[in-house]
Amino acid sequence: MKSQTLPFTGTPEQAAELKKVIAELKDQPGALMPIMQKAQGIYGYLPIEVQKMIADGTGIPIEKIYGVSTFYAQFNLQPKGKYRISVCLGTACYVKGGDKIWDALRKKLGIGEGECTSDRKFSLDSCRCIGACGMAPVMMINDDVYGRLTVDQLDDILAKYN
Amino acid sequence: MKTLEELQKIKAEAQAEMARKTRVLVCCGGCTSSGSLKVTAAFEKEIAAAGLADKVQVVKTGCMGLCSQGPIVVVQPGDVFYSHIDELKVGKIVTEHLMGGKPVKEYLYPETIADPAKVLAMAETNFYKKQMCLALRNCGHISPLHIEEYIARDGYEALWRCLNEKKPEDIVQTMIDSGLRGRGGAGFPTGKKWLLAAQQKETPKYVICNADEGDPGAFMDRSVLEGDPHVILEAMTIAGYATGSHHGYIYVRAEYPIAVQRLEIAIEQAHKLGVLGKNIFETGFDFDIELRLGAGAFVCGEGSALMTSIEGNRGEPRQKPPRSAEKGLFQKPSLLNNVETYANIPQIILKGADWFKGIGTEGSTGTKVFAVGGKINNTGLVEVPMGTTLREVVYDICGGIPNSGKFKAAQTGGPSGGCIPADHLDVKMDFDSLKKIGSMMGSGGLIVMDEHTCMVDIAKFFLEFTVDESCGKCVPCRIGTRRMLDILNKITMGQATMEDLEKLEELCSHIQQNSLCGLGQSAPNPVVSTLKYFRDEYIAHIVDKRCPAGVCKKLVRYTIDKTKCKGCTMCARNCPAVAISGSIRQPHEIDQVKCLKCGACMTNCKFGAISKG
Repeated sequence: MKSQTLPFTGTPEQAAELKKVIAELKDQPGALMPIMQKAQGIYGYLPIEVQKMIADGTGIPIEKIYGVSTFYAQFNLQPKGKYRISVCLGTACYVKGGDKIWDALRKKLGIGEGECTSDRKFSLDSCRCIGACGMAPVMMINDDVYGRLTVDQLDDILAKYN
Repeated sequence: MKTLEELQKIKAEAQAEMARKTRVLVCCGGCTSSGSLKVTAAFEKEIAAAGLADKVQVVKTGCMGLCSQGPIVVVQPGDVFYSHIDELKVGKIVTEHLMGGKPVKEYLYPETIADPAKVLAMAETNFYKKQMCLALRNCGHISPLHIEEYIARDGYEALWRCLNEKKPEDIVQTMIDSGLRGRGGAGFPTGKKWLLAAQQKETPKYVICNADEGDPGAFMDRSVLEGDPHVILEAMTIAGYATGSHHGYIYVRAEYPIAVQRLEIAIEQAHKLGVLGKNIFETGFDFDIELRLGAGAFVCGEGSALMTSIEGNRGEPRQKPPRSAEKGLFQKPSLLNNVETYANIPQIILKGADWFKGIGTEGSTGTKVFAVGGKINNTGLVEVPMGTTLREVVYDICGGIPNSGKFKAAQTGGPSGGCIPADHLDVKMDFDSLKKIGSMMGSGGLIVMDEHTCMVDIAKFFLEFTVDESCGKCVPCRIGTRRMLDILNKITMGQATMEDLEKLEELCSHIQQNSLCGLGQSAPNPVVSTLKYFRDEYIAHIVDKRCPAGVCKKLVRYTIDKTKCKGCTMCARNCPAVAISGSIRQPHEIDQVKCLKCGACMTNCKFGAISKG
């Protein structure tokens, strides 16, 4: 897990929204994960500042929240790009050459796993099976799924997001 | 709603409505990634423009199974089967088929028109005719967004019968008699689980659905959730009644947003109709279901870790006993079943345990869904009776290996499973037969590999997965799997010795015996089974420093066949390392020291003179 590098830029509106979520959920059993998921929905990621707000609002110790946030792959401590690319490296995609797609994207964007380009446009993640094995190899850009990929198609696909 | 007559009235109306209209079923499961939503929109537009809107209904269904032919469109009546449809083809289907009554032959799935005299229905094609769909019976046939369509296919009748005609203990007994075993991996008898949960005195009790389908390569649970969400709600409610629980949780992976959305819609509809929530069918029985989203941790598919995660903690497993049925979620008795398991339950109630027992083998009753992928012609979901052979699945149903390739092995059960070599192609696919040959059913992922797959590399791939996903709670799994990966890396780089191989085997047995949960205990399986069947490949890497499949980069050697080389210089010009020398029209040569093994020379050679091995 990399440490936080970009400054936190939350707004008072976001803070108010988070407070509402906490008030709504905090008394149900096992509320922490749903709160953190909603918080990530509001801010796009879970920087330590947001985790602190959850701790203050719920009374759950910050170290536990940090523990949970670093355990699950879907909680991001780093901001994501405007376009989030995730390349499936599950078995079926791997067998069909998903690793070549992954290497090519890293080279093209000049960033590594979990990183974001400096213009905050693209971020790159590898993911486990997204359940579209019939279309392997597969990647997702935000909610768009691209299947039966070849390295040659990548430039055209990335160009769509400019 | 209270009486069976009321339910049957909805059923009859929905059936009549479905029969009255021509139905255009568009697969919106995996096919969405090949553009089926655009196809749906195009159909809706063209049908409206043609003035057919009240005669033709466009239905977005769940997965139809044959993903490699997507987007798939089926027109009813007749189950006319179109494959690889894009929005440009829609207009012609609307004018010629929907208006003119003649299927557009050039867009049909080729096998359906092999005999020019007739058009085969979808179910008559090789891929579908050997299948038997129980868990997937509604997937691809109904709209998952309409509760009426589920009711039209007997939906919620099993629940009505349970609440009005059966005692909880009878339902548990039916589950025991059916022989149903958990479809999530371990194959634990479902009836036994229900009995244990029903016997607990402590309350509240919880009924949980494990929809954290994490095995890479398996997507049958996703298909059920997306294509037939109500079956899960109905089955969980039955489980609640049978075990004395009023609270249900569905733990879904967050990677399945469509499944989450469809479940939310289904829960709302079920509430409205009075088949979920307070006073179900006005019998006084209450049962409600809450969705919880996973957050990307493979270990949370393990029962105790899943419950720890719902509680809002790091999803780490815990020591057993006590079993979850005694002390599970929030330390209360909990019943946990997987999606595919639940999907079988309403039919077992309606048709009886004997019917279910009549399908499959003695020790493994019913059917199993396999997610077939890798080097195979027909990728997708296949549901067959337990005991169907691997050969039937690979060759008869899935059409064999592409480019006339040779079957080398199949990996079942994902990272916890093992490989099945060609010698065992006739193995029966059931819990016990697979275990006997060192593999396991697992959740039903089935990845087919041909001769271009390196078994050491595959074992390494699975180990990388488990190393990544190990939760870190117990030492054998956290550190042991990492050490195994180190050795596998050495082997694939050509730096290992035979002593390393011994160490690797020793580690395997330590980790299997000493890990806390199923993830750790089964983590060495891919290595153990590839070692069992493909030991010579490991030895080729270690002793001969050679990768027979030509996959492990460090061990690959590209060579130029002097008799085939025409000296065109194409390879030399494309070599980024300037490792190829030779004069024009003379055979060229590769300097193995400079070679980066990128393969650019081989790709660019027009004469097939370059080989790797």
